[in-house]
Amino acid sequence: MPPITCVRCQANKAVVKRPKNHHKLCRDCFIAVFEDEVHHTIVSSKLFYPGEKVAIGASGGKDSTVLASVLKTLNERHNYKLDLVLLSIDEGIKGYRDDSLETVKRNALQYDMPLKIVGYDELYGWTMDQVVETIGKKGNCTYCGVFRRQALDRGAKTLEIKHVVTGHNADDVAETVLMNLLRGDLPRLSRSTSIVTGGSLNDVKRSKPLKYAYEKEIVLYAHHKKLDYFSTECIYSPEAFRGTARSLIKNLEKVRPSAILDIVRSGEDMARLTPDKGQGACACDEGEGMGGCGSADAKSSGNDLAQMEASLKKQPAVNGLETEITSNGAPEVIDSDDVVKLPVRQRRTKESGPVQLQTLGKCVKCGYMSSQAMCQACTLLEGLNKNRPEISIEG
Amino acid sequence: MASNTAEAMAQMSLVVEFSGGLEMLFSDIRRHALTLPAKDKDGSPSTIAYLIHHLCEHVMKDTRRELFVLDGHLRPGILVLINDADWELEGEEEYELKSGDNILFVSTLHGG
Repeated sequence: MPPITCVRCQANKAVVKRPKNHHKLCRDCFIAVFEDEVHHTIVSSKLFYPGEKVAIGASGGKDSTVLASVLKTLNERHNYKLDLVLLSIDEGIKGYRDDSLETVKRNALQYDMPLKIVGYDELYGWTMDQVVETIGKKGNCTYCGVFRRQALDRGAKTLEIKHVVTGHNADDVAETVLMNLLRGDLPRLSRSTSIVTGGSLNDVKRSKPLKYAYEKEIVLYAHHKKLDYFSTECIYSPEAFRGTARSLIKNLEKVRPSAILDIVRSGEDMARLTPDKGQGACACDEGEGMGGCGSADAKSSGNDLAQMEASLKKQPAVNGLETEITSNGAPEVIDSDDVVKLPVRQRRTKESGPVQLQTLGKCVKCGYMSSQAMCQACTLLEGLNKNRPEISIEG
Repeated sequence: MASNTAEAMAQMSLVVEFSGGLEMLFSDIRRHALTLPAKDKDGSPSTIAYLIHHLCEHVMKDTRRELFVLDGHLRPGILVLINDADWELEGEEEYELKSGDNILFVSTLHGG
């Protein structure tokens, strides 16, 4: 095969074929285009304000390493005036985090950023190794995920930072959209697609600047920029369900590379159809966490569904969002009288009892934002501390 | 006949690298220098497909072959760079190997 020339500069040999549009680019043009697109995401979503202190959730893996590198580059190039800090979580898994934390320490030097490491042991009194010793490998991802969510927020708070960025990419978002679709969890689907979560109700805001970046391009960016990252699988084995969704995404990408961004966009469109979008959004959507290990446990989804039903009842006319395509081709707004609407979810709707709308308050034990009297982390900890680990998070 | 045999015996040397977690399947060694026959048993030039088969049969010690190959093809989610270029630009499995080629397999399936 003769060498293919870059479509952008028309000079150098193309080395990348972009999944989203099949453009063939040389190394330098690929790096420039990738950075420009992340810049575009940041500007169009108004992610940052000048002078903002931002913590980068850093695992030492490819996504967060690319995020740190790109943010440093863009911060200097476009004068964002951001104060960037690396924030790492040490779950206390020997042989897994030890090596990746060494990578983060090197990244801190390479990018000239301060680094803060927060350990599960100091926050919760338990390392994940100790948790697994107590409860076994089954279900440990739930503990790890619940603990990690709070750990990033708490770490940010100790640094007096109100914005944490994570390396979630388009593949991660597509995967989460599919998982929530397969679970019928529309409220969580809605939250998982938004680029910014938390913020108003929570003190710490989360965002995903790489939301539209393909995992393939992140890996290629890391390769062509020779970034120093660490890759390994969590030794306590990730959830099977996420793994299945992940394989499905990769298979779809093979047949139709644009599928990944299309799923992300479909997720965003579906999210717009859910009532009370944005309200009541708590930080508990970040199930995928860092390091590819998941935790978005289906058990708590009952809460979200109940909440959504409550708001559906409060607000019966979401009809403005619904259109019916009639045979003569003219879309009509559905009149709620003559159309039998399919109920969103019957499972929990009882004829009498009104659905309780959950309210966000603070955990009685630790003061962390929670919709229950006690937050998930404290509930799990109480179980652990009593050595009664079979306790589950009630929805 | 003699020349045919010599041609059939012709070898080429390649550098094959693994990263993104794939090195775990290959004895935790990132860089492998390999010698491969220039032609396969049918006399056709050796391709990436042949290399993948060879890696499974002779280089991989790990038994979890399905983490590298699925249904006879490279597992989706593993990127291949041929002399630093995306293999999608080079004909993927059909690419005919040349002596001195550098082939890099990168997994995108591991946590980030």
